Amino acid sequence: MTEQITVIKVGIADMNVVQSPNTIRTSGLGSCVGIVLYSPMKPIAGLAHIMLPEASISKSGTVNKAKFADTAIVELVERLEGLGVKRSTLLAKIAGGAQMFQFNGTSDIMRIGPRNVEAVKNTLQALKIKLVSEDVGGNSGRTIEFSPVTHQLTIRTVNKGIHII
Amino acid sequence: MGYINEFDSIKLDVLREIGNIGAGHAATSLSKLLNKKIDMKVPDVQIVTFDEMMEMAGGADNIVAGVFLRIEGDIPGSMFFILPLEQATKFVQEMIGDSTVNLAAPPYDELSISALQELGNILSGSYLSSLSDFTQLSLYPSVPALAIDMVGAIVTYGLVEHSQVSDYAIVINTELKGEDIRLSDTVNGHFFLLPDPASFSPLFQSLGVKDGD
Repeated sequence: MTEQITVIKVGIADMNVVQSPNTIRTSGLGSCVGIVLYSPMKPIAGLAHIMLPEASISKSGTVNKAKFADTAIVELVERLEGLGVKRSTLLAKIAGGAQMFQFNGTSDIMRIGPRNVEAVKNTLQALKIKLVSEDVGGNSGRTIEFSPVTHQLTIRTVNKGIHII
Repeated sequence: MGYINEFDSIKLDVLREIGNIGAGHAATSLSKLLNKKIDMKVPDVQIVTFDEMMEMAGGADNIVAGVFLRIEGDIPGSMFFILPLEQATKFVQEMIGDSTVNLAAPPYDELSISALQELGNILSGSYLSSLSDFTQLSLYPSVPALAIDMVGAIVTYGLVEHSQVSDYAIVINTELKGEDIRLSDTVNGHFFLLPDPASFSPLFQSLGVKDGD
C-alpha cells in the first residue's frame, strides 16, 4: 500500500507521458494550454504545455513540436501509441488559454490564449479525439495535474482555489 | 539557438549597460516615492530557456504582482516589473500609509490595485524614458497592466514573440531591494526587459555596435 507516487513535471513548450501510479503536472498556464490525452483502457496519459497555435507561425528552422498545438498533439498521440495505447480510444481534457491582462486594443499577443484554445480544439477534431472536459479562458493562471488512474484533472488557480474536471 | 548565437560578450555588455541605466533611473524614482534607500543589483543579462526565465522570478507557480507593458516603436519588446506578493503588500502599505493592506487573497481593494498600477507606471516610465534618451530611439510603451497571479501565467506574455523564433529568451534582469524592507534576500523586485528578437539589430545599431563586431 505504500506505493511511491512520482509527479512527472512538464515545463513550458514541453510534453511527457505518465503511467500509473504516477501523476503528471504542469505549472503556471496563462495563455498557454495544457492538453491531456488519455485512454480509459490503460492507465497511461500524456500532457503537453503548448505556447502557440500552429507550427506554421514559427520563424525558426528547427521546430520544437511541444511548443505548438498542432504538432504537440500529433506527437503526443504517436508517443502514446508507442506505449500500446489505441488511438481510437483516446480522450482529451484541456485547461488554460487565459487572457491575463486587459489592454485597450486587441493586439495578436493579447489574443494568444483564445487562439491557442481554438487551435487545440481544431486539431483534436481533425484527429477525431473526443474532448471530454475543459476549463479555458478567463483571466487566471492555472496549475494542472492529471492522474492516469482516476482520469481526474485537478486545476488550481490563484483566485478560485482547486477544482476537478 | 538561431539568432542568439550571434551574441558575443560585447553585445551582452551593451545590454547590461542598458539595464543599468534604465533600472538605475527607476530605482531613483522608487526611492523618492517611498522616501527610502533602494538598493539595486548590477543587472545581469542571461540567455535562458523559458523554464529558466520562470525560475528567475521564483518558479512558474510562484504568486506575484506583475506589471506588464508592451513597448512599440523602434525596438518592440515586453517589460515586466515583478514583485513577490509579500513585498508588493509592503510597498502598497508604505505608499498609501495603511499597514492593514493585505494582498494575500482577493478581493483586492481598489486603492491597493491603483497604487500598484501607479508604482508600475512610474517605474517602467522612468526605466524606458532613460533608455530612450540614451539610445535616441523612439519607444512607445502601452499603459501598464497589472496581474496578481502565477509567474508562469504572467511572464509567458513576454515570450510570445521569442517563442516564434527560438526556445530561448534574452532577459535583462535587474533586482531591486528596499533597505528597510525586512524580507530575506531571496525576495526581490525584478525588472525584466525582453526586447523582441527583431529589436536587437536596431538597438545595437543605435549604440554603434555593428553586426559581426
